[in-house]
Amino acid sequence: MFSRKELKKAILTSLWFVFLTMPIMVIKVDAIERTIYWRWLNSLYMAVGVFTVYLLIRLYQHRKNSRQSQAGESGPSVGFLHRLLQNPRQRLLLFAVVGAVVVIFPHFTSTYQVNVMTTALMYVMLGLGLNIVVGLAGLLDLGFVAFYAVGAYTYALLNLHYGLGFWAVLPIGGLFAALFGIILGFPVLRLRGDYLAIVTLGFGEIIRLVLENWGEFSKGPSGISNISRPGFFGIELPLEQAILYTYYLMVLFVIITIFVVNRLQDSRLGRAWIALREDEIACQAMGIDKHKTKLAAFSLGAFWAGIVGVMFAAKTTFVNPASFTFLESAIILSIVVLGGMGSIIGVIFGALILILLPEYLRALSEYRMLAFGAILVCMMIFRPQGLFANIRRHYHYHKKDSSEHDSSGQDFPKSQPS
Amino acid sequence: MDYFIELLFSGLTRGSIYALIALGYTMVYGIIGLINFAHGEIYMIGAFTAFIVATVLSIYGFPLLAIVIIAGLAAVVWASSYGYTVEKIAYKPLRHAPRLSPLISAIGMSIFLQNYVLLSQTSDFLPFPALIPDFAFMEPVAHIVGSTDLAILVTTVVVMLILTLLIKFSKLGKAMRATSQDRTMATLVGINVNRVISATFIVGSSLAAIGGLLIASHIGQINFYIGFLAGIKAFTAAVLGGIGSIPGAVLGSLILGLTESFATGYVTSDYEDVFAFTLLVLILIFKPSGLLGKAANQKV
Repeated sequence: MFSRKELKKAILTSLWFVFLTMPIMVIKVDAIERTIYWRWLNSLYMAVGVFTVYLLIRLYQHRKNSRQSQAGESGPSVGFLHRLLQNPRQRLLLFAVVGAVVVIFPHFTSTYQVNVMTTALMYVMLGLGLNIVVGLAGLLDLGFVAFYAVGAYTYALLNLHYGLGFWAVLPIGGLFAALFGIILGFPVLRLRGDYLAIVTLGFGEIIRLVLENWGEFSKGPSGISNISRPGFFGIELPLEQAILYTYYLMVLFVIITIFVVNRLQDSRLGRAWIALREDEIACQAMGIDKHKTKLAAFSLGAFWAGIVGVMFAAKTTFVNPASFTFLESAIILSIVVLGGMGSIIGVIFGALILILLPEYLRALSEYRMLAFGAILVCMMIFRPQGLFANIRRHYHYHKKDSSEHDSSGQDFPKSQPS
Repeated sequence: MDYFIELLFSGLTRGSIYALIALGYTMVYGIIGLINFAHGEIYMIGAFTAFIVATVLSIYGFPLLAIVIIAGLAAVVWASSYGYTVEKIAYKPLRHAPRLSPLISAIGMSIFLQNYVLLSQTSDFLPFPALIPDFAFMEPVAHIVGSTDLAILVTTVVVMLILTLLIKFSKLGKAMRATSQDRTMATLVGINVNRVISATFIVGSSLAAIGGLLIASHIGQINFYIGFLAGIKAFTAAVLGGIGSIPGAVLGSLILGLTESFATGYVTSDYEDVFAFTLLVLILIFKPSGLLGKAANQKV
């Protein structure tokens, strides 16, 4: 299966990694007690692990090569889920099942599970919001969490000082975040992709640092507590009911988000975004206003983040700057990248996998961030389109018989999504 | 006046550390046009390796000079190995991918390395041994300029000189400049571009490791997160000077270091990091090509 050369290379690679991880994984020193722990076992694990992974990657490449040489150039493979979604009846069935599960779910599990699910749904929304910016418009935004923070703090502060309720602040928080998006986006969006990423990262950090240091305004690192939960027609709900209520609210929001993003994708604006992502210059030549279009994506994404921010503040009833670090942005980005940029189903699954998996596999939660980093790298290398790639619309030209061919003048290509 | 000079020197010290890291960014950007997001982590790994080696050696009772040399060498060797490996794993397969792919991969690598160090070492701040002794001849001015400041400045100047010589006169330096001008053309005239790129990562990582060693012994503590902030600031410096330009990176770093030092000294120290980020945002908005960079016209 593997040639001797490959095995030799695998051994050399694993030796290289043993050398590489030598000081950091093997030696642990206690500078105060002046003791050294030698953890040689780690080296062994490393060697075996790298050896196996190397061979697995080779195997994957072999299979890919042989499949390619067999099948030649084949069209994009359509996943099971996509096929399911294309058939209207099956789609309806799928939606019904998912809907039923979502509705029944809280009645069979503990409040804790409901809480976890609500968090996961929040990430679904955040992911869908970032998906507009990164997936559709192709603008890498590393400071997405800043808008989330703006939304959360808008609600926290308005609630603290003016006693405004959840429903009143929800649009304000979203609009405020969108305003921030416009303020930042206006000068910054002329920059090329990678610069934009760094500026947004810097902006995210500025927001966090300001929130941390401007004590009189935001109460500093200790944060704001006792924020009111979402109101239910003026009735004060007991805690358990309130959690349930938040959950259903979140489900509703996610459904609205999915609907809006789905419609946006096929709108004039959505097409302009995708065109812009593919080729800016060609897009401008087609008469699309580059700045306006980018700004629309940026502020819409920010709007969504702001809404989720308000939701977050209302759900946890407590905000502090520590919730809005760069890592949060990285998690949201991982969700979008893992699921598949531009793909709604992908983002939903991405969020559910990345948020729920570490929650249920407690042992793994320590390795969560490690895995996120690895996911970003591996996805880029092995599957840049994500788990559930966004299927682009294809337009097929159905050739008719040659006798009919020249007679029909209005022989438009039949357009159908495939 | 003393205060001013103190701030001046602390600014220069900061600036030279930033310069050591910023050079790695700027060299990599010059050659493959990628913001090597994981570069700050290489710097952190350099500092950690130096910490581990230095502590082990000091427990075994080595003399100070030997510790400095061995720890420095270890930091350089391991950091450059990491730099080389990161390039091979995360960037090389993506050389012809769309622009955002290697950047996302770099961010992933950065998060991965941070957590790798966090999990295999600790999340606490670790006390870094003082590697640079107090020189006797610095005694009269010790209240203004510390010995470590002087050591950092001298080391940086020496390293810069070596780097300049390397790039100006060596065969490798010539190959690097050729590759950064036009990669395809460089391949055509028989330059092994992959090797040049690897060499660039190794040189950049070595510089970062030296920076890591110096700053860690200057500040006296390290943890797994130091690379993030230092990386962003060094990147700011590189952009300020004009990314891709080596003298620009040094100039930008010194300006950033002095700005931070004076701003924290005379204005407020609460917003120390905000200054750097604001500066970054402002430069990118008003002069994205930086002070010494060439404004690249995009051709269709």
